[in-house]
Amino acid sequence: MVERILPLSIKHSTVKKHGKRIIGPIDIDISEDGFTIIMGPNGSGKTTLLRLLHGLERSRGGEINWNTDLETARLNQSYVFQTPILLRRTAVENIMYPLLLRGITKEEASQNAKEWIARIKLDTSANLNAKLLSGGEKQKLALARALATKPQLLILDEPTANLDGTATKEIESLLQETRRSGTRIIMTTHDLGQAKRLAEDVVFLYQGNIHERGEAKNFFKSPTTNEAKVFTAGEILE
Amino acid sequence: MSDIVEGMLSAFRLIFSLDRDLFEIIFLSLRVTLTAVIIASIIGMPMGAWLAINRFRYRRLTIAILNALMGLPPVVVGLIVYIILSRSGPLGVLNLLFTPTAMIIAQVIIITPLIASISHQAIRDLWAEYHDLLISLNTTKRQRIFTLIKDAKRSLLTASLAGFGRAIGEVGAIMIVGGNIDHLTRVLTTAIALETGKGDFAFALALGFILIALAIIVNLAIHSISKTERGSTW
Repeated sequence: MVERILPLSIKHSTVKKHGKRIIGPIDIDISEDGFTIIMGPNGSGKTTLLRLLHGLERSRGGEINWNTDLETARLNQSYVFQTPILLRRTAVENIMYPLLLRGITKEEASQNAKEWIARIKLDTSANLNAKLLSGGEKQKLALARALATKPQLLILDEPTANLDGTATKEIESLLQETRRSGTRIIMTTHDLGQAKRLAEDVVFLYQGNIHERGEAKNFFKSPTTNEAKVFTAGEILE
Repeated sequence: MSDIVEGMLSAFRLIFSLDRDLFEIIFLSLRVTLTAVIIASIIGMPMGAWLAINRFRYRRLTIAILNALMGLPPVVVGLIVYIILSRSGPLGVLNLLFTPTAMIIAQVIIITPLIASISHQAIRDLWAEYHDLLISLNTTKRQRIFTLIKDAKRSLLTASLAGFGRAIGEVGAIMIVGGNIDHLTRVLTTAIALETGKGDFAFALALGFILIALAIIVNLAIHSISKTERGSTW
């Protein structure tokens, strides 16, 4: 039985780069269950917050407490980058990679990867170098690779930015399926429509701080802060 | 001009006459150089990868020194290896001086910095691309190095071929530590130097053409085996 890595509690964490505060001090609790969408204008710190959660950014001060030790927490979460980072290998080998890192046999990893390839409908490109895939296919592959390790927590940074409607729909459908299977999801998006379709709760970031947080339906229906009102109305927030 | 034509004709005559001495020299040249390239690659590639992914206090200085060592004068390397392997030297008891092994040692010292430096540049670029992913996947340093070497194999092949190019044409160091002994340590480059000294330019040129042909054939063979350029995205 794998230990549960959530809930996660972040207290008073700040991320600085070259002396400049990017986010924080931030306090946020991530529960065991749910689909959280992080929203906010450009430069509000959405990506930095995700990277902080995932351990790609270091916190200056404060505390980050997982329900388990850091090693277990790291092994049971996956991150999907806005611009997919794919290995210079075939599509199948890209999915096999994290499985092999976890000590799964080559045969089992290959079988598992092929199942994922079929699931994301990349059968005809399975043995093609990942670089040759389209933008949507690359992101689906990155998502499949992230899910192949059966993470308890899936973190996604604007996974459908720059994708067309069809690719976006496919990815959203895969995310909803993942959510139904019990995986905790935290995702950033600029797309208000997408946030309304997927979010169970929303974190609204503004100028590096959490400005508002609440259930998705309440947030979209009656945001409490002026900035959130402007943002949800689809107007430009400076 | 006539020397060049005569040299080319001699080269063909030598090859087609299946001259036993010539093939012995060719095989020894290949054996020494390929062994040195393999050893230098085994040392240089992980070294380049390690330098690419680690941050430490004197990293820049180390890289600068590594780059400077690419220009190591072979004669000086030969001299140092000679002193170390000579009877009164620290490794004299091994009796390696004037053997192919001594020639391999000298070549490894000459080409390892070259292979490590080119590998470092190739892997540094790939590391910039993979950095966040490999950190995100919680990889160990060893796994990172292994992944980077595997995925940068085409660039690393170029590093090995550059090492091969430098080693196969090298004469100063292997002349000193090998001694150019007939049927024992004579390779193409030292044979060319000898024939030139004797004034037999046609024969020296013939050996020179064979050396160039050998370098091209080995490069083509390695490119063909490794399928370089076939996976190009354009």
